[in-house]
Amino acid sequence: MNASETLFNLRLIPLLPFLGAAVLILFGRRWKREAVLTVAAAAIGGSALVAFDAFFTRLPAVAEEGGLRDVVWTWMSTGNLSVDLAFRMDALSGLLCLIITFIGFLIHLYSAGYMEHDPDYPRFFAYLNLFCGSMLVLVLGDSMPVMFVGWEGVGLCSYLLIGFWYHETPNADAGKKAFITNRIGDFGFLIGIFLTFQATGTLRFSEITSFATAGSVLTAPAWLGMSNAFWIGTFLFIGAAGKSAQIPLYVWLPDAMAGPTPVSALIHAATMVTAGVYMVARMHAVYVLSPAALAIVALVGAATALFAAVIGFAQNDFKKVLAYSTVSQLGFMFAGVGTANFASGVFHLYTHAFFKAGLFLCAGSIMHAMSGSGDIRKMGGLRKLTPWTHGVFLVCWLAICGVPVFSGFFSKDAIVAGAFATGIFGDDLSWVGPTVGVLLLLAALGTAFYMSRLYFLVFSGPTRADAQTQHHIHESPPSMVGPLVVLAVGAGLGGLVGVPGGLFGHPEWNLLGHTLETAVGPELDVPHNTELLFMAVSTVLALIGIGLAYTFYGGGYRAPAQKFAAAFPGFVQLVRDKFRVDELYGAVIIRPLRKFALALFRVVDRVLIDQILVGGVAALVDVLGRVSRAFQAGDAQRYMAAFAIGAAALVFFATRPTVPSTLKVEVSGTTVSVDASRAGRASPRGLTYAFDFDDDGRPEVVGLKSDARYTYDQAGEHTIRVTVTDPRWHTQSKIKRKIDLSAAGERK
Amino acid sequence: MGILAWITLLPLAGALLTMLVPREEEAIHRGIGLGTTIVTFLASLFILGDFDPAKSGFQLEVDKVWVESLGIHFHLGIDGISLWLVMLTTFLMPVTLLSPQAIGTRNIRVREFVIAMLALEAGMVGAFLALDLFVFYVFWELMLIPMYFIIGIWGGERRLYASIKFVIYTLIGSLLMLVAILYLYAQYHAATGTFSFDYVALSRLTLPYDPQLLCFLAFGLAFATKIPLFPLHTWLPDAHVEAPTGGSVILAGVMLKFGTYGFLRFALPMFPLATQAMAPVVTALAVIGIVFGALMAYVQNDAKKLVAYSSVSHLGFVVLGIMTLGQVAVQGAIYQMLAHGISTGGLFLGVGLLYDRRHTRKLDDFGGLWKKIPIFSACFLVIVLASVGLPGLCGFVGEFLILIGTFNAPAGALFSSPKLLAIISASAVILAAMYLLTMYQKIFFGPLDNPANKDPHVRDIHGRERWVFGFVIVAALVMGIYPQPILARSEKSVAALISGFQERLADAASNPDAPAHLFPNPSAGAAPSAAPANAGNSGKPGPTAP
Repeated sequence: MNASETLFNLRLIPLLPFLGAAVLILFGRRWKREAVLTVAAAAIGGSALVAFDAFFTRLPAVAEEGGLRDVVWTWMSTGNLSVDLAFRMDALSGLLCLIITFIGFLIHLYSAGYMEHDPDYPRFFAYLNLFCGSMLVLVLGDSMPVMFVGWEGVGLCSYLLIGFWYHETPNADAGKKAFITNRIGDFGFLIGIFLTFQATGTLRFSEITSFATAGSVLTAPAWLGMSNAFWIGTFLFIGAAGKSAQIPLYVWLPDAMAGPTPVSALIHAATMVTAGVYMVARMHAVYVLSPAALAIVALVGAATALFAAVIGFAQNDFKKVLAYSTVSQLGFMFAGVGTANFASGVFHLYTHAFFKAGLFLCAGSIMHAMSGSGDIRKMGGLRKLTPWTHGVFLVCWLAICGVPVFSGFFSKDAIVAGAFATGIFGDDLSWVGPTVGVLLLLAALGTAFYMSRLYFLVFSGPTRADAQTQHHIHESPPSMVGPLVVLAVGAGLGGLVGVPGGLFGHPEWNLLGHTLETAVGPELDVPHNTELLFMAVSTVLALIGIGLAYTFYGGGYRAPAQKFAAAFPGFVQLVRDKFRVDELYGAVIIRPLRKFALALFRVVDRVLIDQILVGGVAALVDVLGRVSRAFQAGDAQRYMAAFAIGAAALVFFATRPTVPSTLKVEVSGTTVSVDASRAGRASPRGLTYAFDFDDDGRPEVVGLKSDARYTYDQAGEHTIRVTVTDPRWHTQSKIKRKIDLSAAGERK
Repeated sequence: MGILAWITLLPLAGALLTMLVPREEEAIHRGIGLGTTIVTFLASLFILGDFDPAKSGFQLEVDKVWVESLGIHFHLGIDGISLWLVMLTTFLMPVTLLSPQAIGTRNIRVREFVIAMLALEAGMVGAFLALDLFVFYVFWELMLIPMYFIIGIWGGERRLYASIKFVIYTLIGSLLMLVAILYLYAQYHAATGTFSFDYVALSRLTLPYDPQLLCFLAFGLAFATKIPLFPLHTWLPDAHVEAPTGGSVILAGVMLKFGTYGFLRFALPMFPLATQAMAPVVTALAVIGIVFGALMAYVQNDAKKLVAYSSVSHLGFVVLGIMTLGQVAVQGAIYQMLAHGISTGGLFLGVGLLYDRRHTRKLDDFGGLWKKIPIFSACFLVIVLASVGLPGLCGFVGEFLILIGTFNAPAGALFSSPKLLAIISASAVILAAMYLLTMYQKIFFGPLDNPANKDPHVRDIHGRERWVFGFVIVAALVMGIYPQPILARSEKSVAALISGFQERLADAASNPDAPAHLFPNPSAGAAPSAAPANAGNSGKPGPTAP
């Protein structure tokens, strides 16, 4: 620990929610709802106070020197590995802390109303506290393993909260799917940690950052011609893709909507799913050393942004639309950090947290009003029936579409302009920036379309709900509307902290970019004209998207929408089925794996190992035992018979003439010399040797000599047979050998 | 008498005491059993207090002449490697006996069960502490006999098949080990003219390559069967399924570790050349076991079989870590042994409780139990997650250290591609989540639609059961959050073991044709801690085998 580090009780920030969770798990079941809510909200609220205090009063003075640090204790130290359980707050982790604690607090308040009638109220708030604590460990972690603790912790909470209504199997399945898909990512994260440790010898972020310079071992070729930095970046991105639902690991997030809606807002929109983006920004020093790794991040992000936006066109479930929208927006963030424009990715993370949390909470409020149903085909006309929710949704909708002045406009523009302006990819990969930019523009157009479709179908025109549901439609209670309004303010005005410096020629107006500069490097400098151009382009695209959606869905399903659906039924169904990627994974990976494991169990484990190998040894012992038991029967006649057989066998073998195991044959041309004596010794007992060389059954040479010579007429294959006879006992031994004269001849 | 002798003999004294109480007094038998194990645990805390983490060699030694003419000593000692395994044993025993399900559903012969468990504890503690190979062998076999009876008497329907399979498997290995011990004894006499079974003395004996290999195989077979290493594992699912809960907990929690402990204590330091030659084979089997065990667990429908196969996978990690012979990985392996003891012990306790409530272990028979027994469900979830290797719980630390240590091991030192092995093994983090969460979901989530699960007999944990799971969960949490005190106490012993191993290899390489002789330094286990703490992974690769 060096002297310049400033200590602060950062541990309180995650500890308070953890304590809240522990108290609720142990005692919450017997408490009143008010008491449960008080503990849960106080825990996250206290955490928020500490975080805001640290960020605004302590951090600015030390941000340049690496920020605040708090070492709890040595976590694991052995050999050359040493990991402290330590927390660090710099501008990046500090900003994330603010988002998590602030939005977390709002969502606690909202949940008080939303979960009011749920019998598992204490369990819900315990999980929510546990999640906030884990998420804070994730962002405040001073080293990769500590971050991994939070990383897995939020995964666990996500699992528990998706399956919160566990008594319905699809919910539990969705939770499991989320956890396992995330674990695939975690596998990549772990490999990334191992690689980092091998290359840099440390796992602390600050030390990795200072180690990561252009001449270091990180840029040296490691494997397949790519550098260490590339492999670290790529493997870590597998982890990020799992947590942040990018291609090909995005499939869990839409299913995760099975959880309660506040959970979708907090975990699956505002905070947890952005952890991958945070991680890439955290490791920015390594990523900038490998443009190729950045290109992967940027391209996957941009492709995901467009792909998920397209799927969003045809979804009919309120939350599913928002889920694919989240996947798409996360793609934007990755495109931002992937073009080495780290501050812009984090900026979008921040604005998205507000408008997407707002959208989800509106969804919750609407579904609350619609007796729990989220089917947008049965909505419509809710503008008048739920005015507050409508107002909030309107602001958030304009923000996500990228309409000027609303928050999403600035952050999305920073990413798109950055993609075109970035110089990180050099000459070899210069196509990456523009490609990413174009994909993002298309995705932005798509976003404006599907979000406007959602808005029009839900809020405009006459209602399509049945009479009974209509009767129940009501605005949500103030405890739910209050947090919504706060989020709407953030979604509307939050972008103003990040007005790009190039726009008005006032770099100091970009407060956020400035703050983040100490943590992730300066924001990409985009020239004034480029900035204006892209702002104009994205504004026009947003308006086109909105206009198009209005002609299709303004006031309900209009004629163009119905014509389009009738014209391309197959395509619309394919999009509605999310391109059937889940089915593909099931058919290609999940079911084959299970079949393989079953086959392995039945064939290898049960039969090969247990029955043949183990059972075989046992059976061998058994057979030996049975056989030898027969000889121990105590029956004198049997002993005598065995004795007689044995004696006869002895006589037979003892009197047979002895011959060598192979005939010795020497070949010269077509002449062969054969020696049938045993080990070169002459026969002691006057044996008769009969040599048959030509396969005719009659011996050509007969005599007492054990060797013979014969010349063939032609080359080819021949068999030499020798019969040895003992005249005294009339016993015979036979031996034969095949020779191939042609081969021998050619060799000479 | 030293504290080590006390904790070895206390359980035996308890067993004797139990014999004196009439058969009918079951409550007294249980009380004596629990009391003895608690006292033993408290006594073992004194070891922890007296243990000096700065020393690498054996401490608190007890050395009494037993059979003078044969050179047999009752020699016990403890170092950083055995310290925590002894603590694990003395911790798990009272927790197990506290559980009402320990004896299984055949609630008969309580007195004999308590005696068997206490004898088992004496055997296990003694085998961990023994520094005389004869004494080691006696304790090694001593723990086999009670376990045979525990499975054979209190087990399930196929208990006889399982217990005989268990004994024959284990005996074949241990008899070969006995032959190797006697061979070492004779060789030591030939080299020095004195008879000794002393571990420290015998481990200085440096044999030529061929006898080393044979001895390694003899010891190794005994240990590999015990672990169990693929493909010697098929006794384990049978033994676990039939064993009563208490037997399963101790079998998986402690006894399997004798295999890995044996490799670390005996096979590696005593036969370094053979270790070097066989390391690729053993690590390959370990890695196969990691993946194979996980895949097997994935397709089981019997909860106990699933947990048994998960042990094959988890113990594969331990073997991998040990064979890497780097500081980080070996430390991780030791930690994984302890963590597996806690998490798998807890899993078996949980499955035992479920069997007690529902009289089935088939996953398909369960479903929706969270609604019925929420406290137990939450407890079981924590244990499952510890076994999955969730950071913050005990399972993560060991796996992480093993994998990072293996990944960064110098290529070619003991096996050619440590990175590949680490990556293949790391895939088990995915598989572990798959099989354990599937199991968890099938039992606790989904609709509560099987009428048998709604039976009033399906009660949430109460009374002593709360304490049982409370202890396990606290241990899993503490070991996950604050592992350093444990790692720090084994650090020096592991460093000495590795540096001793490297010195022995260097000695053999410089003098390849030497006959059996004594290595000049004290043995690896007892070497003074001259080696720097980071001699492991960053150290230079050892020389290759002749």
